[in-house]
Amino acid sequence: MDFGLSEEQDLLQHSAREFLTQECSPQFVRALLDDEHGFSPELHRKMAELGWTGLLVPEKFGGLGLGLLDMALLLEEMGRAVVPGPFLFSSALATFALMRGGNSAQKKTWLPRLASGNAIGTLAFLEASDRLDAAGITLKARKKRDGYMLSGTKMFVPFAAVADILVVAVRTSGKSEKGVSLVLVERDAPGLTIRPLDMFDRTRRVYEVRFKQVPISGFLGKVGKGWKLLAQLQDLACVALSADSLGGAQQALDMAVEYTKVREQFNRPIASFQALKHMAAEMVSEIEPARPLVWYAAYAFDTRAKDASRAASIAKARLSVVYTRTTNKAVQMHGGIGFTWEHDMHFWFKRAKWNEFAFGAAAYHRERVARFDGY
Amino acid sequence: MDLAYSKEDEAFRKTVRTWLKANVPKKDKTLSDLPPNDPRRIQRAKDWQRRLYEAGYVALGWPKAYGGQGDSDIMRQTIVNEELVLARAPGLIGASGLTMLGPTLLQVGSEEQKQRYLPKVLTAEEIWCQGYSEPGSGSDLASLRTRAELVGDEFIVNGQKVWTSGAQFSDWMFCLVRTDPDAPKHRGISYILIDMKTPGITVRPLVQMTGDAGFNEVFFEDVRVPRENLVGELNQGWLVANATLFHERNMLGSTTRTQLMMQNLIRLARSHSRYGQPAAEDPIIRQQLADLTTGVEAMKYHSFRQLTDATKGRKPGIGAMVNKLVGTELNHDICALALEIMNSYAPLNRRASHVIDNGIWPYEFMFTLGLIIGGGTSQIQKNIISERGLGMPKAR
Repeated sequence: MDFGLSEEQDLLQHSAREFLTQECSPQFVRALLDDEHGFSPELHRKMAELGWTGLLVPEKFGGLGLGLLDMALLLEEMGRAVVPGPFLFSSALATFALMRGGNSAQKKTWLPRLASGNAIGTLAFLEASDRLDAAGITLKARKKRDGYMLSGTKMFVPFAAVADILVVAVRTSGKSEKGVSLVLVERDAPGLTIRPLDMFDRTRRVYEVRFKQVPISGFLGKVGKGWKLLAQLQDLACVALSADSLGGAQQALDMAVEYTKVREQFNRPIASFQALKHMAAEMVSEIEPARPLVWYAAYAFDTRAKDASRAASIAKARLSVVYTRTTNKAVQMHGGIGFTWEHDMHFWFKRAKWNEFAFGAAAYHRERVARFDGY
Repeated sequence: MDLAYSKEDEAFRKTVRTWLKANVPKKDKTLSDLPPNDPRRIQRAKDWQRRLYEAGYVALGWPKAYGGQGDSDIMRQTIVNEELVLARAPGLIGASGLTMLGPTLLQVGSEEQKQRYLPKVLTAEEIWCQGYSEPGSGSDLASLRTRAELVGDEFIVNGQKVWTSGAQFSDWMFCLVRTDPDAPKHRGISYILIDMKTPGITVRPLVQMTGDAGFNEVFFEDVRVPRENLVGELNQGWLVANATLFHERNMLGSTTRTQLMMQNLIRLARSHSRYGQPAAEDPIIRQQLADLTTGVEAMKYHSFRQLTDATKGRKPGIGAMVNKLVGTELNHDICALALEIMNSYAPLNRRASHVIDNGIWPYEFMFTLGLIIGGGTSQIQKNIISERGLGMPKAR
């Protein structure tokens, strides 16, 4: 029994932390808040050079062939540095969709490009209904003379403006899980238009994507059989976001503790006041036991354990709450300065809120856990 | 990362499980109706520890020279702890000797002390109690005032201890006493071993809110203790006690117990109807159950992580500091939800008609609150985490 990280994994995480401290400082993040697309091609290229974009991609397609646990360690560090950009959606979600669902031609076309950072992918899943179940997938794919065409609207599509390829959940028939399909659509396909949805977390960007008779570039897997992979992508997203939340929570705690040690009131560092010490201790007592939840969920996903989906939901339910609670306390520990735009703390505070709702909030996942546990 | 156990460990687990199945004492109605401290119950508890010891499953890590198994394999120790819980085996009556005194003597005791005391701790021939807290010294333990004056070759002890679990049936007490009243408070304390049969000792049961008398007050009036019963150096008792006070205990057994409690809670929620429907169908109860489940799972993997660190010889980090705080609060929260589910049935005592689960939930609800306070309150735990873990300065 070994529930720990390997030396290579420790190394991966530490080098990621070092790299991001250098290359993605809070000043760098702040500059990207005003960027049109919230994305730095240069940072993406550097991460690709380190092999990160190809972390999950099998070696024969130019990747490192590692698993979600390794990816989670990387994402934890990205959460810590609140890295803006499409990495999670491209290098984890879209990439995994192609690995599992793509035929050999699709893999050959896209995986090397995704791995090398020369292409960016994303997942178009939600619609206006904001439903996570199969009934929420209503975007129609109809068979026409020249192949399938899409009509309808996807919502909250991450980084659609910089994506080259979209993995789109569509409805080919019926209303249930049967009849959901996953298709590949190129970003510059005719009839596809995007509109940014301005939101408070500027480290993430989401778009409304409209399809008007848009041709698809192919199905991922069989027609009408896309739900299983889509459900797996949701699990993957839960683990990935939980890892991001874990790193973000740790960073918020570290910043808050550091601040209270230097900030003086009543002629002493405010860190000596028990009210603040206990707040910090409560943050620790939530974060520390949450870390192995993320590890286990990733491990269960990698090993296709029977309880992999349950573990993903448990991690997401827990980390959704832990990240928002931690950043909330971290802002308070900073006092007034923590409420300003000038201070960096709001980067984490806002990202926590986005992570909380994306792919199901805590209450949604608790209900899933209840069902997995037979009540 | 690999959660599979090795073949050897699996085989060991099977052996332990088989042994426990055949040997865990069956519930004895005639005994369980007796008061908890009845000599017949005490004897039975001692017999159980002795049997477990003879099978080789008590304090595996202790050296053979003092009666131990000399088996330093943490995984095997953990497997035994876990299987004991799963087999619903009774707790060990000699627990404080095994977990507190033993490790202390092994670390700082003299050779004579180790030879004299350790074997009988293992076999439950001598039961130990802990003499730390006093009426005026709870969280601020180092302010303790029980005085031990060195006169010739004897300490003369006067004062009072409180919250002394098991003092009624204990043979010995490991005790913190003030040997230098003029020194700064941490530097005038000594760690001595007191024979509970010594004249001048009075034990008075302290009934707790559950109605049981698990604790006692212990009074000392000119109690004579031989100088050789001093452990470590004179006036170094604070360090001696601390050598093992924060000794991170392997927590797998306790997380296993929490998992069992959680399973029982879900069973209760499914079987008990409240306001016209099974509690487990109420969306709010479902949310609360699942929320506790996430907490239980977190502590399970948290303990796996610490176990792995221990087997690899890594020092426990800040993570281990949260065990007591999170674990005790979680257990209490589980019981609190059970009471909420039981509603009007919640306050029924063990012998009341219509009582659910033999009244274990309200009992545990109270008992677990005691555990939040005992051994360092949650507030003290938060001070420890923030000061030692995060380096935040002490108040004042």
